[in-house]
Amino acid sequence: MTRQVDMRAIALFALVALLFIGTGFAQSWNTALTIFNMGLVSAIMALGVNMQWGYAGLFNVGIMGFVALGGLAAVLVSMPPVEEAWAAGGIRVLLGLVLGAATIVAAILAWSRLPKGRLRVLVMIAILVGGFFIYREVFDGGVSAIEAVNPASTGYLGGLGLPVILAWPVGGLLAAGAAWIIGKTALGLRSDYLAIATLGISEIIIAILKNEDWLARGVKNVTGVPRPVPYEVDLQRSESFLGLADRMGVDPVTFSSITVKLSYAALFLVVLLGLIWLSEKALNSPWGRMMRAIRDNETAAEAMGKDVKARHLQIFILGSAVCGLAGAMMTTLDSQLVPGTYQPLRFTFLIWVMVIVGGSGNNWGAVLGGFLIWWLWIMVEPLGLGLMQMITSGMAEGSWLRAHLIDSAAYMRLFTMGLVLLLVLRFSPRGLIPER
Amino acid sequence: MDFLNAIVALMNFVIIPATAYGAQLALGALGVTLIYGILRFSNFAHGDTMAFGAMVTILVTWGLQAAGITLGPLPTALLALPFGILATGLLVLGTDRLVYRFYRQQKAKPIIFVIASIGVMFILNGIVRFIIGVDDQRFTDGERFIISARTFRDMTGLEEGLAFRTTQGITIVVVLIAVILLFWFLNRTRTGKAMRAFSDNEDLALLSGINPERVVMITWLIVAALATTAGVLYGLDKSFKPFTYFQLLLPIFAAAIVGGLGNPVGAILGGFLIAFSEVGVTYAFRKVVGYLAPGDWEPEGLLQLLSTDYKFAVSFGILLIVLLFRPTGIMKGKSV
Repeated sequence: MTRQVDMRAIALFALVALLFIGTGFAQSWNTALTIFNMGLVSAIMALGVNMQWGYAGLFNVGIMGFVALGGLAAVLVSMPPVEEAWAAGGIRVLLGLVLGAATIVAAILAWSRLPKGRLRVLVMIAILVGGFFIYREVFDGGVSAIEAVNPASTGYLGGLGLPVILAWPVGGLLAAGAAWIIGKTALGLRSDYLAIATLGISEIIIAILKNEDWLARGVKNVTGVPRPVPYEVDLQRSESFLGLADRMGVDPVTFSSITVKLSYAALFLVVLLGLIWLSEKALNSPWGRMMRAIRDNETAAEAMGKDVKARHLQIFILGSAVCGLAGAMMTTLDSQLVPGTYQPLRFTFLIWVMVIVGGSGNNWGAVLGGFLIWWLWIMVEPLGLGLMQMITSGMAEGSWLRAHLIDSAAYMRLFTMGLVLLLVLRFSPRGLIPER
Repeated sequence: MDFLNAIVALMNFVIIPATAYGAQLALGALGVTLIYGILRFSNFAHGDTMAFGAMVTILVTWGLQAAGITLGPLPTALLALPFGILATGLLVLGTDRLVYRFYRQQKAKPIIFVIASIGVMFILNGIVRFIIGVDDQRFTDGERFIISARTFRDMTGLEEGLAFRTTQGITIVVVLIAVILLFWFLNRTRTGKAMRAFSDNEDLALLSGINPERVVMITWLIVAALATTAGVLYGLDKSFKPFTYFQLLLPIFAAAIVGGLGNPVGAILGGFLIAFSEVGVTYAFRKVVGYLAPGDWEPEGLLQLLSTDYKFAVSFGILLIVLLFRPTGIMKGKSV
């Protein structure tokens, strides 16, 4: 905790702030705020990953799945319930799910209670196969009944109709629940295996979101998720707001959209600052020191009587919950859940770039990485396009190479992210703000 | 007769496609497993290496087609394959020189290599999309079928048709040749033996005067050849789309791990196991059961265990089962 390190962090944060302010002046404040809001969400995701990787050395590449579960929570909590669909098949679907879960529990019980031998294997397989068919029989009927209810606009069970802010902690809980199941089975595995296991689970979660239309409309998307902040049109109609805009001498339309974005930013900032405060407290407590001790030498920590497996499960659940929370916030910000947009490069590996570049093991580093890399991810596209236009300005108008280069400029962002990751990993392996 | 029909339907929709897919996965998994055995890390950039090799091959194929050079009934891509392998070989040697060698000299932890490979994955993703775009590319030409469904029906008089596509036949033949060559190399040549020694015990291999940098270089070259071949065969059989290649990473890793990481025989077994389960679980068995059942009875449902969209779940499920009950894979693999 020397003064020098603090100065470096402050300087870097000032630099990132300058980038955002520069974007505000050069493009528009609306754009700058849009990037900033997603930057806040990204920073929270990075905090979650930093808990798993930075504190405990767990290599989780299933972040996308947890983020998507958070998004699902936003839909399930805040959308109005579809009464008709509930009447048509709601109970049946729930019963089917309970039966499915009961089958798995029964199979696990049979495995653990029965004596070893061929009988145990046969009983377990019989329970699984029989249970599967009963589950499908009950479940499929309910699903088709629900999906038949007004498929163009609903065709799903809807949510609970509660305020969307409630969805944030619920998203965290949902992700935590998934993390518990995954952790119970996969955390005993080696780091490489854990990576593949989490990668697989995140793909499965996305596949479920895309295909289970009764749950969240699948690829038909859920739009119009309620907001925690006022709508622009409502602001533009309010007398007091128009008066304020008039007194400040600004265009009411722009002013209203900036106000909305600022309200989001304020909400997100509260969450981010709260999380940073909690993580810093945790990291500098005996618990945090134990975590780092486990990360640096598992065998030694175990010899000291630390329960490595339980601690790993704990931090895996915590970090995933933070990612789920961020996912719910993101869906709230977008006001829609679009399962097709969840891609591992964007929602898993980009977050990893943020953590590695920012500085793994350091909460402030992860937050800085979140803002910086998100800004870069957005801005590389226009910058790349500008670069391509400059390179190709000498070429003949209408030449195919020129058209191709300009069209392909968008993919420069992937290239840039890889380059940034490799450069930081090589020349500053502990990140921009290293762990103290 | 119905029994024969059932077998033909099963061949047509499950066994032949799964064999071709399994062969492609096996080649991919061999690459992953070799890297794991020699360089000791899980290479996340493998799917994109396959995409890069396939892309170069496609570009050369187009060039050859434009010049009027084809292979007659066989796809022109086979002619272009050596160019793809060459370009990919240069690429992986370049990334090794610029990225991985540094960490090898530092004796960095395996996880650092994995993170570096994620960086390489991003870069390759960018390069491939930059050059060829994100869309589907079909580059198959020549004869489409070895046996088409109609010819088969005319030939046998059965109700059910059996189609055997050229790409499936080529996949099986090429993979067979590649695997035989690989195993001959690993078991019979001096360099191959050096590689296996290095994989078994690095220190002992160094003491016996094996040059590690040479072993690493040859490994990369073999991996480049395997990855490009796998990528081209998959592209011929299905179609080329950069994102699908990235997604192939999951079944390929599942195959390598199920078989036992670092074990080439295991990788091949794992590839076929994953492919057959994926196709078998997502195939609707209604027709087959209908043929086998007495009389005209046909089952009501599709008899499909899982919808095709859940094929990832299959590779993953097998992976989990094997890891829980046999942590080092079916054939004994390494465990760091």
